Amino acid sequence: MIECQLKIKQGGFTLDVEFCAPAKGVTVVFGSSGCGKTTLLRALAGLEKSDDGFLKVGDSIWQDGKNFIPPHMRSVGYVFQEASLFDHLNVRGNLEYGARRAKEAGKDFMGRALDLLDIRPLLERTTEQLSGGERQRVAIARALAVNPDILLMDEPLSALDLKRKKEILPYLDSLHHELDIPLIYVTHSPDEASRLADHLVLLEEGSVVGSGAIDEMLTRFDLPISHGGDATSLIEATVVGHDDRFNLMYLNFSGGQFTVTDRELPLESKVRLRVSARDVSLTQELQTDTSILNIFSAIVDEIVPEGRSQVMVRLKIKDVTMLSCITRKSAELLKLNPGKQVYAQIKSVALLS
Amino acid sequence: MLNEFDITALFITLKLAGVSTLILLLLGTPLAWWLSQTRWKLKTILEAIIALPLVLPPTVLGFYLLITLGPNGPVGGMLESLGGASIAFTFTGLVVGSVIYSMPFVVQPLQNAFSGIGRRPMEVAATLRASPLDRFFSIAVPLARSGFITAAVLGFAHTVGEFGVVLMIGGNIPGETQVLSIAIYDHVEALEYGQAHWLAGGLLLLSFLMLMMVYIFNRRFSLMQSDNQ
Repeated sequence: MIECQLKIKQGGFTLDVEFCAPAKGVTVVFGSSGCGKTTLLRALAGLEKSDDGFLKVGDSIWQDGKNFIPPHMRSVGYVFQEASLFDHLNVRGNLEYGARRAKEAGKDFMGRALDLLDIRPLLERTTEQLSGGERQRVAIARALAVNPDILLMDEPLSALDLKRKKEILPYLDSLHHELDIPLIYVTHSPDEASRLADHLVLLEEGSVVGSGAIDEMLTRFDLPISHGGDATSLIEATVVGHDDRFNLMYLNFSGGQFTVTDRELPLESKVRLRVSARDVSLTQELQTDTSILNIFSAIVDEIVPEGRSQVMVRLKIKDVTMLSCITRKSAELLKLNPGKQVYAQIKSVALLS
Repeated sequence: MLNEFDITALFITLKLAGVSTLILLLLGTPLAWWLSQTRWKLKTILEAIIALPLVLPPTVLGFYLLITLGPNGPVGGMLESLGGASIAFTFTGLVVGSVIYSMPFVVQPLQNAFSGIGRRPMEVAATLRASPLDRFFSIAVPLARSGFITAAVLGFAHTVGEFGVVLMIGGNIPGETQVLSIAIYDHVEALEYGQAHWLAGGLLLLSFLMLMMVYIFNRRFSLMQSDNQ
């Protein structure tokens, strides 16, 4: 468990935050540029000094009032926006720099970091002999090799082009699945947030406007992210079967079964699905003569207006929450009300990770 | 050829430059580091004071040093009242004068090198468990390597080449405080052009070789980096 309550003044800007994050999984700090995301992350590492506040990570208290533990005495791994490798050391030297100094780091962690990020072939290279993506991978491995209690990442993909991003993302996915320490990930990219986050902290102009599990946060109508064209819902599912004839794949989630295009993922692998609110339409009766494969019985939970001609509907498919964006006219024709039973037809599903 | 006093002058010069460079690096490194890191508003005043020897006639500096360090000056008087001797017209006096006179040649390259590193590598090192002192020696010093070489060579060469300050504070005592640059002047005054040639030519060659060393090193340094790209 991470408990954070910090206040930092920088010129005209004030960061005043209070939130909790779970002890495991990825917490994404999401917000537009200039909202204080990086300052918050730096404060967690102790690189910015908070005059007053409280910060506890696991069992260690890093700040309590005026008591401030300096950065080098905090068990953090920090990945900066640019890889920031030490140019006077080669890849091995960079990795060993922290590992040699951290008491808690052992050889195992170094090996694990090397394997997780595929660093072994790069070990003897100088930093100039690395591509942008490789540099960032070394930076991540360097942070992990100290065996930290928490890993902090500040937009690690933002300095990379699309191709390099795609090269790094699978590594971030494996961190997500393999790490048993909390990862705090700062980003302004909705794609990265929905792909990686288990927990979301929404930051706006230096304060936290909402914090909670990602699926709840995305469908909370009091937050801006549940509105507009970007409104989406996330569903965790497991691969349960393949249909070779039609090249399809079956995915079970707690509300039923999805049929999607086969990506040749092994059985039992966990996937995250993203469903855009615009791709979910509603019907009163179960349609049988339709091209849509994914249809689920759902209960209307709440309806809010979305502009002048549309409404945003929050649905419950058993315990899974999903958003649907339809016209106000359709809502009236269907006589939608909270508690009403409908069928959600899902036109398309994006497979994340 | 060189006479006995010329040989002594050569040794005094090299010893003076060596000792001064060592002291300059020991004093200049923390000073340059502090200047490169501080956000203190009045730091420009300190920077201007350190840079003064660049523009001041050496005789002005030497004059004030003589006044301060001489037996009737505040520092010299204090030393005498403590049972010591005034350091004017001694080797120690030469060292004090040289250190002050060559300070900007050491502090400025170091400060530039330290500033060029930026805060980021130091912050990264902090998150990798390095204490402030550890970060300084393991990150700042190696990254500022070319700054140290430039500072050492310029400090040494500039001390070898000084004239006015050592003349004022050292008093040109052959065998004690007479350095090469003054020995050359004396030979020219006495119309001993042959000996002046030997000394002047030697100094010219020495200075040229030292500067070559700086350029070769900095070039190899930058070549080493561009090779790998």
